[in-house]
Amino acid sequence: MTDHVHSGAGLPGPSAPTPKTAPKTNLLYSEKFRAIIYQVVLIAVVIGVGFFLVSNTLANLAARGINSGYGFLGVRAGFDIGEALIEYTNDDTYGRALLVGILNTIKVAIFGIVLATIVGVIMGIARLSSNWLVAKFASFYVEVLRNIPLLLHLFFIYGLLINILPRPRDSWTLLPGVFLSNRGLKYPVMAEDPIWLWIIIAMLAGAVGAYFVARRADRIQAETGQRPRTLLPSLGLIFGAGFAVWLIGGAPTAVNAPELRGFNFQGGQSLSPEFLALLLGLTIYTSAFIAEIVRSGIQAVNYGQTEAAKAVGLNPGNTLRLVVLPQALRVIIPPITSQYLNLTKNSSLAIAIGYPDLVSVGNTALNQSGQAIEIIAIFMTVYLSLSLITSLFMNWYNGRIALTER
Amino acid sequence: MADITNTGANFVPTEARPAPLAVRPGPLTWLKENLFNTWYNALITLIVIWALANWIPALFDWFVTSALWEAAPADACREVAGACWAFVYEKWRFILFGTYPFEQQWRPGAAVILFIGLVVVSCFKPMWNKSLLVIWPVGLVVCWILLSGGILGLDYVPNNLWGGLPITLMLAVIGCLLAFPVSIALALGRRSNMPIIKAFCVGYIELIRGVPLITVLFMASVMFPLFMPEGLTIDKLLRAQVAIIMFAAAYLAEVVRGGLQAIPKGQYEAADSMGLSYWQSMVFIILPQALKITIPPQVNTFIGMFKDTSLVLIVGIFDLMFTMRVAINDLEWRAYYIEGMVFVAILYFLFCYSMSKYSQWLEGELHRGHKRL
Repeated sequence: MTDHVHSGAGLPGPSAPTPKTAPKTNLLYSEKFRAIIYQVVLIAVVIGVGFFLVSNTLANLAARGINSGYGFLGVRAGFDIGEALIEYTNDDTYGRALLVGILNTIKVAIFGIVLATIVGVIMGIARLSSNWLVAKFASFYVEVLRNIPLLLHLFFIYGLLINILPRPRDSWTLLPGVFLSNRGLKYPVMAEDPIWLWIIIAMLAGAVGAYFVARRADRIQAETGQRPRTLLPSLGLIFGAGFAVWLIGGAPTAVNAPELRGFNFQGGQSLSPEFLALLLGLTIYTSAFIAEIVRSGIQAVNYGQTEAAKAVGLNPGNTLRLVVLPQALRVIIPPITSQYLNLTKNSSLAIAIGYPDLVSVGNTALNQSGQAIEIIAIFMTVYLSLSLITSLFMNWYNGRIALTER
Repeated sequence: MADITNTGANFVPTEARPAPLAVRPGPLTWLKENLFNTWYNALITLIVIWALANWIPALFDWFVTSALWEAAPADACREVAGACWAFVYEKWRFILFGTYPFEQQWRPGAAVILFIGLVVVSCFKPMWNKSLLVIWPVGLVVCWILLSGGILGLDYVPNNLWGGLPITLMLAVIGCLLAFPVSIALALGRRSNMPIIKAFCVGYIELIRGVPLITVLFMASVMFPLFMPEGLTIDKLLRAQVAIIMFAAAYLAEVVRGGLQAIPKGQYEAADSMGLSYWQSMVFIILPQALKITIPPQVNTFIGMFKDTSLVLIVGIFDLMFTMRVAINDLEWRAYYIEGMVFVAILYFLFCYSMSKYSQWLEGELHRGHKRL
């Protein structure tokens, strides 16, 4: 009976004579054959749908008189962009306008990642504080902020910046020369001089020197057990090099400071209210998530480690810095990487408050030129590349701090 | 030798120590241990108390004591120093239901309650069986009839008049619901041995996860019409819904994959050795376990999607965020944008916070059977 039932599926029952050769089964029951069929069907469907979409698209584009292709990138854009890291006027091309947008995206993403990490780590540690008030405050911060959509954060912060901050004429002086008004944050910078570029190069060279100082200290520590001091020599190398070049370059001290003229400030550098709102919103929202990651990472470290650190006489600060955090980092890095990616992608909400990031600039270009497919393809390529670069960097860092076992 | 054997005879047990007094820490001890245990904690405590003492009364005053708590014209608000909740009295119907015909707004109201009821009912463990497969389609159809009308004596209301909370709930709930089967297929495909299917699933998941939701919504709103044959237009709301389903599917697929990977290899081998086919072993052995352990992260993904649906305002869908924007742009009430935002923020917070508490509770609940000491 059993034989009979099973033989159809090609499985010999217990009493069946063992066949010398594999039983002839229907080709349909062969796993390999089925796999091939499934994949061929998938390819056929993808090609079929792709062909259908492409042919429709070509017909639609022809009907609307839109030329496909990336030729439009060389055409004059004709719109202004509020803030740009590179020279840009409305006589420049669409390509340059999009580049301005990409740079603005990268700018807000980098600042946002740095600030969100700082605030998030502080809040994550604060949630575990032995001080009841601090711990409660940190959990309030996390629970409230991460349960409200980022877009609402942005509208709220932007609304406050625009409506509550004073006009430039009565702006708040945060520090001498630093003014906050509803036109943004104005701050002084050193007047332009070629020497500043050389100073940066010299400081980078100093940093390379500091790296070798640390390597030498490692070697000496491995040989003798005593680690020579590295902090002062390193700082000396970095800042000494910069200072020396500054002296050689004639010690320029001219400052380009913002000054109130008429209704607005002239000179200096500024951060626009749009940028500030986006940066604050991204920082606050993402820091709430990072705080949770940091908290669970620290809690994942066995409490015995903390006790052992206390037993060898480390104070709470050193226990956290030298024992708990390095182990917690292994748990923290992968999820924090995805928060960095989220922050970068979320910076595309800039369009809602008018910060000229890639999506915002691209949307203007799209409405003007009608090149929807090309511009959305550019969006996707840029965000995918940014994601890829961030993950590559974080994977490299994760590999460095991963537990090295024997 | 003799000494050693003798010692036993001289043994006198020491008096047992008295049991420690059961001291319940008094409020002072609590304060000392939790707020002033070290000098820097004491300093931080004092700073925090100082800051709170400065801020809380001012905020409370603005929100409550000095606020206008009754329906009033916008002019009346200029006279109060605090919040103008008259704004909410004036606008709450618009913020919740958008431009839906005013006399008919009980319909979206009922639909919202039904939606929330469906979700709440599905949250209880005894309900996790085939009855959900009946309750959900029936509930969604009733919601649709309530919103759209045209039969049973309800007036027909085209969906360009819908707005506010029902749209937000619909995009999020239906988005995740329909994304779920897609995500299972993608997750299984990603773990498949067939190279082309695997490549397709990996490509889809990583592409969608690598780009912001806005680009997917843009794709649905500006690129999709180009893809369709001449004359065929698909409703704007439906396109946004499809974009959200596609987006959510990629994220849910990664959650499901996590669950599939967490199932011990022995389970797969056991299923194979029972002679189960691939689909049998997935449906009866692997997926029930994998989906169960991934419910908490699925709820978290759902919370994320619920917040992310607010982005549809950028492509012009009338969701809760959009109706709020329209309400605060009313010239007469313009000065009271904070009240409008606080109202909507509280709504979003209530939804998201209760779901995240549910997910935390569920995590403990689901681990009960697996916990070992």
